[in-house]
Amino acid sequence: MNMFSKEPERHEIEALLPWHAAGTLNRRDADRVEQALAGDRELAQRYLLVREELAETIHLNETLGAPSARAMEKLFAAIDAEEARSPRRRRSFDLGARISEFLAGFAPRTLAWSATAAALAILLQAAVITTVVVKDRGAGGTIDMADAPHNGSFVAIRFAPQATASEITNFLGAYKATVVEGPIKSLGAIHFRVRLSETKLPGGEVNKIIHDMQAESKIVTFVAEAPPPTQ
Amino acid sequence: MQATSDEVLIGRIANGDRLAMQVLYARHHVRVFRFVVRLVRDEGMAEDLISEVFLDVWRQAGRFEGRSAVSTWMLGIARFKALSALRRRPNAELDEETAGAIEDPSDDPEISLEKKDKGSVLRKCLTELSAEHREIIDLVYYHEMSVEEAAQIVGIPENTVKTRMFYARKKLAELLKAAGIERGWP
Repeated sequence: MNMFSKEPERHEIEALLPWHAAGTLNRRDADRVEQALAGDRELAQRYLLVREELAETIHLNETLGAPSARAMEKLFAAIDAEEARSPRRRRSFDLGARISEFLAGFAPRTLAWSATAAALAILLQAAVITTVVVKDRGAGGTIDMADAPHNGSFVAIRFAPQATASEITNFLGAYKATVVEGPIKSLGAIHFRVRLSETKLPGGEVNKIIHDMQAESKIVTFVAEAPPPTQ
Repeated sequence: MQATSDEVLIGRIANGDRLAMQVLYARHHVRVFRFVVRLVRDEGMAEDLISEVFLDVWRQAGRFEGRSAVSTWMLGIARFKALSALRRRPNAELDEETAGAIEDPSDDPEISLEKKDKGSVLRKCLTELSAEHREIIDLVYYHEMSVEEAAQIVGIPENTVKTRMFYARKKLAELLKAAGIERGWP
């Protein structure tokens, strides 16, 4: 393909060269740039200039040195002074933080795995995951660790990445549901095992709850009936 | 072993974990310092500012929503602090004239070329860029910010980030040409 016949596209590709050199383009754009470089010698020549600039910018910044210990001492003295004035409340266990910690390690694309994969993940993980019971105490927002319950009706839920901790807490409260296991990570999907009831509910009732939960797409992206945690 | 992610550290800092704060500081303070020192051109001021930046991180950790990477968030805070400090500092300038006063061992391009290799001339030209151009080049090349992240930090549209980067590079090429290095672009 003659790149000169597509000047606007060529300009667009050329504008991306600095990010390509720095390795910060997404896969799609990186592939576009690679293809353009392979078929356009002039562009490839300009890319060498970009790489030269990149190397010297790094060199220049690396010669700037580092701050002295004074900066850190000043920072922690300020933190200590703030804490002495008004110590911040510490939470023993926070569901939101727990979810955030697990979600933090995964790219959005990873989190968008199919429902099928998640369902499979539940079955695969059930045999190997150490079960943890997390009882939501509602208003206090704190959760205790306890022995895993094995009776009742359960669903697997994947929460929407944009759902906040308070939205999740309210959601669980509205269904009187309790997170009993998770986050469970497998095949790129992350989900929680949630107990709907301490007693086994009729199938129709479970399906209705699942249907209602699925309608809250801002909070959850996947809900399916799940077996109890393994003993 | 996988290191604790920045997002997890921020969650712990929000709960008052001083150790998490130390880890985050150790991980990022040098880069934040270098970003600030390139903006304010004063190491003492940059040291004061990074203490303020990380103190803001400590205070605001509970409000961090994870809409951007922690490093992007911190550089955004650092940029705001640096520009505010420059506005408070009398006679502070953000243009090329300031850069010209920093270091200029040789004004003669030919002498410069004789004494220095191409890399050092390029580095000198990088210091002569305007603050705006210096900033975008540092963000993209040194701080490894994507188009989207650079746009978040600087507070401009993504297309403007690309355009600004293009003109920063063009200006750099002009400075190099003036210093006797013709690169054949633009």
